[in-house]
Amino acid sequence: MFSCTQRRGGIIIAGSTSVQPFIEKVAEHFMEKHPEITINVQGGGSTAGIQATFNRTCNIGTSSRNLRVDERALKIVLIAVDGIAVIVHQSNPVEDLGLEEIRGIFSGKIRNWNELGGTDEEIIPVTREEGSGTRASFEGMLMGNVVISDACLVQDSNGAVREIIATTPQGIGYISVGLVDEREKALAIDGVKPTLANLITRKYNFTRPFLLLLLEEPKGDMKKFIDYVLSEEGQNILKMDGLIPATEIRDD
Amino acid sequence: MKDKITEKLLLFIAFSAILSLLLITFFIFQQGVPLIFKAGLQNFFSLKWAPTKGGFGILSMIVGSLMVTTGALAVGVPFGLACAIYLAEFSSSAFQKTLKPIIELLAGIPSVVYGFIGIVILIPFIRETFGGPGFSVLAASIVLGIMILPTIVSISYDALMSVPSTYRDGSLALGATRWQTVVMCLIPAARSGIVASIILGMGRAIGETMAVIMIAGNALKVPGSILDSVRTLTSTIALELGYAAGDHRAALFACGSFLFLIIIILNIIAIRVTGRK
Repeated sequence: MFSCTQRRGGIIIAGSTSVQPFIEKVAEHFMEKHPEITINVQGGGSTAGIQATFNRTCNIGTSSRNLRVDERALKIVLIAVDGIAVIVHQSNPVEDLGLEEIRGIFSGKIRNWNELGGTDEEIIPVTREEGSGTRASFEGMLMGNVVISDACLVQDSNGAVREIIATTPQGIGYISVGLVDEREKALAIDGVKPTLANLITRKYNFTRPFLLLLLEEPKGDMKKFIDYVLSEEGQNILKMDGLIPATEIRDD
Repeated sequence: MKDKITEKLLLFIAFSAILSLLLITFFIFQQGVPLIFKAGLQNFFSLKWAPTKGGFGILSMIVGSLMVTTGALAVGVPFGLACAIYLAEFSSSAFQKTLKPIIELLAGIPSVVYGFIGIVILIPFIRETFGGPGFSVLAASIVLGIMILPTIVSISYDALMSVPSTYRDGSLALGATRWQTVVMCLIPAARSGIVASIILGMGRAIGETMAVIMIAGNALKVPGSILDSVRTLTSTIALELGYAAGDHRAALFACGSFLFLIIIILNIIAIRVTGRK
């Protein structure tokens, strides 16, 4: 009887700024159902989240990259996969680009669509702001060691990038796969289109895992929360926001 | 007795406003200045801005802010001044009474609305007419120029109206036309107010953030023409603060410190100019 009024320790989640908005949303829904449990979600970056999990400064860490060998002592829970799509305007005749061509565009070496089989128009690349997790993933997975040019337009959200591409015939940008809508066109990269099927089978490989990290097997409130994230309801929240739910991923 | 209490209460409230200003100043500088020294002035005033990789150069943003502000003045000052002169000297008083409040209403439109109008109307127009991405110095200058109109019009108008009517009458009595009276007598007499209006408009243009983020494109490269995209100091802070941590965050506060300094200097100049009659 007293347990209802007893103050429980809250759960602190820290780490990837890319995972943060998604997990915050799931946590809000969870807290509505379990008002007695408080969840505090913080950013800091994947590396900081991994460190914080080891140091016990947070209860659950989050990461949007796979763990390195020296970090493998942590327990991981894959909650979703996020793909990065390179998008252009609907009217753009270009359908497929090679990785080198994408690097050329964003580093400022390729400046005209006619070099890529398109119309004779200046390319307008749009990137994300310094510090963005999506930008970091794009740099890591697609750009290799090539530096993004200062001449690219910069926008501070997936939505803002999408808006520019949808209204600029010469534009090219990158956003989360799930957020691509009918106003713009996701390009195939080296012949592989970022369809759900290709993402699930990992044929389209420009994806990153969204992980929860734990030092030991979850118990009590923490277990309740993790079970909720992996439940149909929790996974649906992630899916609605454009992620590929972990339950739909097959690791062949 | 009652008066005393009211007086003390007002004094306290007045000081609380000053106190919050001091706290803000202290906080911005305390967060930002250490990074300037850590990075070194040479790094801080360089062109390389990659704060997650040790590049803290804000030069391109300073240039960007200056270009956009100059552009806004180039658009706003001629229109604003012309409007103030017309209202003060040529229009009927009924017209004055309707037009001035309407212009002042411009100041009440949220900047995000200006930005939105810029994206929907101005950007496609510039892109299709002049080429380039549309998100450009030109677009930002036009929108900011309109945004600073109310400041320029209302302060210049007040300055022109406060010129004693004996000046006007004297000039006309000497045979000057109305236009000559305006140019040779009234504008010089109202000069300090007009200059102050321009400086305050400049402050507003430098500080504006939301509309600029939406229409300037925010490319870090120093623009080569007015059709190129541009990044200002305020846009950088607002764009990047969301994910910034550690030195990156401090670098944004350093941007803020620099901006703060510029605004303070502009305001001091404005106060000096108006104070000296």
